[in-house]
Amino acid sequence: MTGHTPRLSGSAMTLAYDKRVIAENLSVEIPDGSFTVIIGPNACGKSTLLRALSRLLKPTTGTVLLDGRDVHSQPTRAVAKTLGLLPQSSTAPDGITVAELVARGRYPHQGLLRRWSAEDERVVIESMEATGVADLTDRAVDELSGGQRQRVWLAMALAQQTPLLLLDEPTTYLDIAHQIEVLDLCAELHETQGRTLVAVLHDLNHAARYATHLIAMRSGKVARSGPPSEVLTAELVEDVFGLPCRVIDDPETGTPLVVPAARRRTGVEHPAPAVP
Amino acid sequence: MTLATLDKTRSIGSRVGVRPRAVAVGALALIGTFVVSVFGLGTGDFEIAPVDVVTTLFGEGNPAHEFIIGELRLPRLITAILVGAAMAASGAVFQSLVRNPLGSPDMLGVTNGASTAALAVVILGGTSTQLSIAAVAGGLAATLLVRLIAGRALHGFRFILVGIGMAAILTGISGYLLTRGVQMENARALLWLTGNLDGRDWGQAVPMALVLAVVLPFLLLACGPGLRILEMGDDSASALGVPVSLLRNGALLAAALLISFAAASAGPVLFVALIAPHLAKRMSRAPGPNLLPSIAVGALLLTGADFLAQHALDDQTLPVGVVTGLLGGGYLVWLLTTERRAGRI
Ligand SMILES: Nc1ncnc2c1ncn2[C@@H]1O[C@H](COP(=O)(O)OP(=O)(O)OP(=O)(O)O)[C@@H](O)[C@H]1O
Ligand SMILES: [Mg+2]
Repeated sequence: MTGHTPRLSGSAMTLAYDKRVIAENLSVEIPDGSFTVIIGPNACGKSTLLRALSRLLKPTTGTVLLDGRDVHSQPTRAVAKTLGLLPQSSTAPDGITVAELVARGRYPHQGLLRRWSAEDERVVIESMEATGVADLTDRAVDELSGGQRQRVWLAMALAQQTPLLLLDEPTTYLDIAHQIEVLDLCAELHETQGRTLVAVLHDLNHAARYATHLIAMRSGKVARSGPPSEVLTAELVEDVFGLPCRVIDDPETGTPLVVPAARRRTGVEHPAPAVP
Repeated sequence: MTLATLDKTRSIGSRVGVRPRAVAVGALALIGTFVVSVFGLGTGDFEIAPVDVVTTLFGEGNPAHEFIIGELRLPRLITAILVGAAMAASGAVFQSLVRNPLGSPDMLGVTNGASTAALAVVILGGTSTQLSIAAVAGGLAATLLVRLIAGRALHGFRFILVGIGMAAILTGISGYLLTRGVQMENARALLWLTGNLDGRDWGQAVPMALVLAVVLPFLLLACGPGLRILEMGDDSASALGVPVSLLRNGALLAAALLISFAAASAGPVLFVALIAPHLAKRMSRAPGPNLLPSIAVGALLLTGADFLAQHALDDQTLPVGVVTGLLGGGYLVWLLTTERRAGRI
């Protein structure tokens, strides 16, 4: 980790819904300009962490710092220009069209009179083209397939044009080609525009391929964080997910590739896999 | 990825502005309100031709017409327009806040708060000014209570359930109050409880107009854009920079003020707050609370219902609440059956 403090970090956070404590003494740092990926089993607190980082959930103790200041003490609209969030699930208002939904990403940039600017126009078109939803412009969002909808929401988040963007499971509902497409888009945003991205992903191999920084969580704690090649080991996967596996080199990229161990059937003779 | 082509003949800006359909709905409802008003002002024991009504409205009529319209019929009509608009605006905000098309202030105990307090004043033999003050205070108190009991969950079912509970309790209290009253007062109370525009004069219209003049701009300018974003869910709205709880509380207070003053002016006229925004949304097919179209439809509904209340039966006039109850209930039944047939519920 570099010496200076990153733009976004949380320190010694206790995260709780009412009385129910999800995480205690949780600290994370999001390296500037990184593509950080958070992995971990269901209900371990990944979404809760993103909600805390994007000031939707106020930590009961500890603080979230954005650009050196407590995120909760900053004006909502100013934060919304710096930090974007795509929640895990969202509801599209009845009857809203794709163009209307994506255009709402411009909300924090518009003034009281809410004039639609040439900049708004350009950014919305770019976001829709980048996510491949430009040909859906006038369709009603509630009539789209799950994957199309997911890309529309992603376009909305992109249109917000924040230097920091948190994405909660952006590839869920997508077919394999669109998953790669969205991840490539994220990688490109991060490489060419220098945006800092944080994404929750369930596919460990995608995480290993695209992340520049990986955070593995288990029951409200950071189990390990660092470059994927250091974090993603067979021992960690077994520890965090309880899944016996092998980790080999991805033949395409050389990044870690997690191969779950073969299922052991009871009562059936099964030759043990030859471990190299 | 699919070949992404954007139809560049129309800009995004032109696709995301106010929807033409919504404008059309609002305009048609306004025209409708005007037409109903002209007929309403001309109809009665002393008939005045529509042309004469219009000339009188523009200050060019003869003294007799001016007296009948300006002194006798206009105050009631204006009260109907204002109360209809206020109820519809309140309903639109409530439905948007609780994200449920049935979440109107009638259902959530706010109107009942106004009625119960007003009823208490009637039973105690209070003046009509005291009644109005009590209605406003009662509506606001009921809103505050529901808000406090429901806690932070202002969206969704919890608020609705607490509201329905509140409505039931207040209905019970009203029933008890009626058993305590003596006959004369009960008759007056029942008339008020049905919702009634009989004998409304500038004393009712002016306070309603003042409240609307303050609250509507607040709702339209300060809350409207945020309410539209809020329909995307709390997390998305918050991430987009909407101050969610501030907006919620502000809009809730404004909507409660409107419905409470409306009830103070005309009694708890049923269904306008529920049906007007629903109709407006259905016709304009636009997302968001659709405040302006709802307001226009609300004005049309209440003026239309009051016209029927005064003139549908030859030998007697009805309280307007009877008409809105019949129309609104009928609409609801029709809606539920068609939606059911269409498989949407
Ligand atoms: N709004 C809420 N109120 C109360 N408890 C909640 C709420 N949201 C989440 N939780 C609880 O917090 C815990 C962590 O949830 P979280 O959504 O952060 O998990 P996650 O790691 O994102 O899981 P997933 O992979 O399934 O999305 C879970 O036990 C969940 O039940
Ligand atoms: Mg989650």
